[in-house]
Amino acid sequence: MRRWRMRVLAPLGLLALLGAGGPAAAQEVKIGAIYPLSGQVAKSGEDTLNAIRLAVEIVNGRFDLALPLARTEGLPRLGGARVKLVASDHQGSPEIGAAEAERLITRERVAALIGAFHSSVAATSSQVAERYGVPYITGESEATNLTERGFRWFFRTTPSSAVQARDYFEFLADLVKRGRAKVKTIAIIHENTLWGEEFARSARKYFADYPQFTLVADVAYANGTTDLTSEVQRLVTARPDVVLHACYDAEAILLARTYKLLGFAPPGTLAHGAAFVSSRFREALKDDADYFLVREHWSRDLAGKKPIIKSVSDLYRQRYGKDMDGTPARAFTATMVLLEAIDRAGSTQPEAIRKALAGTNLAADQIIMPWPGIRFDEKGQNVMSRGIFVQTQHQTPRLVWPFEAAAADLVWPRPAWK
Amino acid sequence: MAETALQLLLNGVFVGLTLSLIASGLSLVYGVMNIVNFAHGEFLMLAMYATLVLYQRAGLDPLAALPLTVLLLFGLGRLTYGALVRRVLGAPAHAQIFGTFGLMIALQGAAQFVWGADYYAIPTSSVAGRLVLGRLVVGLPQLAAGLGALGGMVALWLLLERTRLGRALRATAQDRDAAALLGIDTDRMYGLAWGLGAACVAVSGTLLATHYYIFPRVGAVFTLVAFAAVALGGFGSIPGAFVAGLVIGLVEVTAGYLASSVLKYVFAYAIYLLVVIVRPQGLLGRW
Repeated sequence: MRRWRMRVLAPLGLLALLGAGGPAAAQEVKIGAIYPLSGQVAKSGEDTLNAIRLAVEIVNGRFDLALPLARTEGLPRLGGARVKLVASDHQGSPEIGAAEAERLITRERVAALIGAFHSSVAATSSQVAERYGVPYITGESEATNLTERGFRWFFRTTPSSAVQARDYFEFLADLVKRGRAKVKTIAIIHENTLWGEEFARSARKYFADYPQFTLVADVAYANGTTDLTSEVQRLVTARPDVVLHACYDAEAILLARTYKLLGFAPPGTLAHGAAFVSSRFREALKDDADYFLVREHWSRDLAGKKPIIKSVSDLYRQRYGKDMDGTPARAFTATMVLLEAIDRAGSTQPEAIRKALAGTNLAADQIIMPWPGIRFDEKGQNVMSRGIFVQTQHQTPRLVWPFEAAAADLVWPRPAWK
Repeated sequence: MAETALQLLLNGVFVGLTLSLIASGLSLVYGVMNIVNFAHGEFLMLAMYATLVLYQRAGLDPLAALPLTVLLLFGLGRLTYGALVRRVLGAPAHAQIFGTFGLMIALQGAAQFVWGADYYAIPTSSVAGRLVLGRLVVGLPQLAAGLGALGGMVALWLLLERTRLGRALRATAQDRDAAALLGIDTDRMYGLAWGLGAACVAVSGTLLATHYYIFPRVGAVFTLVAFAAVALGGFGSIPGAFVAGLVIGLVEVTAGYLASSVLKYVFAYAIYLLVVIVRPQGLLGRW
């Protein structure tokens, strides 16, 4: 019995020793990416994953870019190890996301996970990572509670929904203060999964901090509905000065068309998430895509002050045939943060990577975001984020706020539909 | 308030009519051969993409493209029958379900492969714009889709009730063997039913493409509700599908306004459940 046990355990022990061997032995560092690659938001999933692919390509190859790890091949402190991306499709399902996280960790033996677009999927898949003690980073899953769970292994570079929702009120208050707009009543329309609900909940809370604004309608809808006329009818009846949206691509197209149909043109149409400025939205609606305002994380107009933004978005366009927008830019940033941390850790040991991530301190000029930098608090939340507002004018999204950085004049109130 | 009610009524009718025609095609195939076509929504999706491609490549207006897409989908429906359905005719019901269900997944996958997962829309068409009557607003694309659906259903009904071909089709539906004994080519009738079923969604799809988004899974948005409409109206009944589509459209829009958008389908399906319990054959079903 004992001999049998020795026979089995000795080689295993040897294997474990080999596995823990020096960092220079690493040839390849596997990163698991969990994204929706089929189903309702497959388009956004693909765009986001493409940005991650681009980040990996930049790290693996030699690029003359002012980004960490760009000018060297692979991860220098891991003996030039290449990063290998293992992509997996969660189909928008939290259950599949958790199962895929499990598979990536136990079968593919990834060093870290990145995901998951949907906050609902990030919630379940990061739970698996937490259980196995594998670092998990998200660049675009925004639900506030993700970083409120007391997780050790979860990191988020993007601002949470709660922080973002405040930006709308700051923006509107600033417009009112400068006499650029008269805003009293606000309506909210949002999709009813975690992301939309979270935004609406956060926004509702800020009405107490900004008593000059009143909430006059709050409409939730389910994704994949055949028709949104009754929802818009409720907005029409409420006559708001501003409508806040939290919608995905399909309903964004449907809503814009229904607004036009019913002649609904409130002075301000503000949106959370990139759906209302996405390239497909603009191509589908042409002139009707104009004047929607989106609180963005990112804009190519920022390239005027930060040339690296142009270089990276040009690469993205060359490779994937469409313009980068805020979500891919953030996923790109999260990937760079993760890889920079792995390199700094000089190891693929989970604990070493986790420590390196927690110690991340990137400056404004090392990232493609308009943020003062990236630094995580004890919850794993980046505390250095900042929002900007973009408005589509002549079918092109232009940076209009903050006014100091604006590339175009804000159009307010929104003109009537043509 | 009265205007709002009237506006909701109008919106509900337009939503309902489109649904009615989609349900009619589904109902026809089921009525004739007792097979549920799970790929029905994917035919709708293909009609929308066909309209998009004709618009992008040939600059063809959706209305002008309508005859082409109808022919195309009719052919595709017949082809589906010949290549797939005919082989599982005598097979157990679950084989038939898997057959059309598999086709659904294959077509969705194929569309995503060819066109990607992007959302498309046709920016403008000859029916773009709206009609303002006092405080009432009628979208011309919605009007066109509604009228087109109505026209499609009337044409289908006339074909079934007033022509020799329709009589042969109905005879096949009632008793395949007896119809064959009387010299009706039942195989041809089955193929025809599939062609007609697909042609119905070609009309809906082409006219929806003027104002709806187009993407690989757009069919699913409509078919789940269409299935409920078929069961509500009565399997195999075209007038039933018509009435049921309207009922669901009106309930959906009214509930979405008065109660909650999230719950609007709950009300539609609740009515369906009620009908199934009280009158299992559906509103206008014959059996």
